[in-house]
Amino acid sequence: MILEMISNIFLILGAFFALTGAVGLFKFPDFFTRIHAASVTDSIATILLFSGLILRTEFDLVAVKLVFVLVFLLLTSPTASHALAKSARHGLLATSAETLSKTNKDNN
Amino acid sequence: MMVLAATCVAVLSVMALALARALQADTVYDRILGINMFGTKTAVLIALMGFLNERPDFLDIAIVYALINFIGMIAVLRFFEYTATDDS
Amino acid sequence: MTELIDLVLLAMLAITAVGVIFLKDLFAVVMLFGIYSFLSALIFVNLDAVDVAFTEAAVGAGISTVLMLSTLALTGRQEKVSDHKTFMPLLIVVATGAALIYGTLDMPPFGNPDNPVHQHVALRYIQDSPQEIGLPNMVTSVLASYRGFDTLGETAVVFAAAIGVLSLLGMPKRERAAIESGLESHLVLQVVAKIIIPLIILFALYVQFHGDYGPGGGFQAGVIAAAAIILYALVFGLPVATQVLQPDLLKTLAALGVLIYAGTGVASFFLGGNFLDYNVLASNPVAGQHVGIILIELGVGITVFAAMLSIFYAFASKAERKNIQ
Repeated sequence: MILEMISNIFLILGAFFALTGAVGLFKFPDFFTRIHAASVTDSIATILLFSGLILRTEFDLVAVKLVFVLVFLLLTSPTASHALAKSARHGLLATSAETLSKTNKDNN
Repeated sequence: MMVLAATCVAVLSVMALALARALQADTVYDRILGINMFGTKTAVLIALMGFLNERPDFLDIAIVYALINFIGMIAVLRFFEYTATDDS
Repeated sequence: MTELIDLVLLAMLAITAVGVIFLKDLFAVVMLFGIYSFLSALIFVNLDAVDVAFTEAAVGAGISTVLMLSTLALTGRQEKVSDHKTFMPLLIVVATGAALIYGTLDMPPFGNPDNPVHQHVALRYIQDSPQEIGLPNMVTSVLASYRGFDTLGETAVVFAAAIGVLSLLGMPKRERAAIESGLESHLVLQVVAKIIIPLIILFALYVQFHGDYGPGGGFQAGVIAAAAIILYALVFGLPVATQVLQPDLLKTLAALGVLIYAGTGVASFFLGGNFLDYNVLASNPVAGQHVGIILIELGVGITVFAAMLSIFYAFASKAERKNIQ
């Protein structure tokens, strides 16, 4: 009973953070802030959702597999976001602050 | 059960939003970002659906998805870094 | 609930397909194909077809995306604008689609257990497979034993595809590792990749041998192992990867897999049965079936691994040569 209630809370919180991240994908002005929204909320939503699911099992092989998936996602998703941001920087994508200062310098 | 179903609906809407971002994006990097989010949420959705349908052998597929999402992202980045000279 | 999930997934699939048609940047199109494959695999999971979802995820979103990206590195990135009128083709497509939908109105209800397709052969397999073969995963027993000829044909087709690509593109020679062609500046990526690649290969072995009890089997395991080595080649560079797994070794492995499969069939000849009759391979028929299935799944896994990796080597080395020039 208690476990099920905690699991429900985790699931709902995880879904909330995931939705926040998706909304952030659209609301933020610049690529680098968007990647921040997407990857941070991805990680926390994954942890919460999978913890909620682990609490629903009987702590047998299924729970171990869930832990595997969680560890794997936590290893790879932030690495991919980091590689993407670094690649964007190599591609000379400018942040909105740099674009703003450049247009100010062009106008003055 | 109800909470699982509601979470499924929430994750589906996140996936739809990420897909919208991948389709309508200013730069290429925004598309890649949308796809990364889509992939991780797909792995979560499989785990949730497995619990909804009472068939937890789906978790092997969730591992494969997480893996393939990562490898696809790295391939996309590698391609992009090495042919960025002749992009449009 | 499952119908709602199905509807949403199919709607996203349709939107992705429309996006694929209308986007002119082929790079984005390839990424959308990856999303398309993820969505198809989700629909398969919802339809309870777990092995198919496995294969679709591994092949469609992984290997296909990588190969299409290698092709894009050789051709251009923008789709050529076509200037023919689209009215006639649209008319033909709409007419054909309407005829197909009209044809489906006569079909029996979706998923009904009394459908004819669930009656004859499928019923026999479901009823007899536990006694004759004794594996929990019935998909493997149908694939590997009841329909063993077809799987031999599939393995031969994968082998032939690898031969075709190699004869057109050629394999890389052993190059000096001095050419920088990996993601050398991404230090974090290199460290994480070094941690993850052994885990992926271990997972591929798990999938190979666990195919009797859960989703998996030779084909999926081969693709996952190939994806691991492809990740290694992407992060550390193709010359290093060709030193680790030489192209000649891959050619040998591809042929070896088909040989193991067909050899199991021929061994059944010598032990008194028909071609690919596993009952004679051991003292009692059920044990013989198990031995036969393990052997042929091994053959399938080896061939698929070597074929996928050879195709990737062929594409990637062409792209490397073009980039270096």
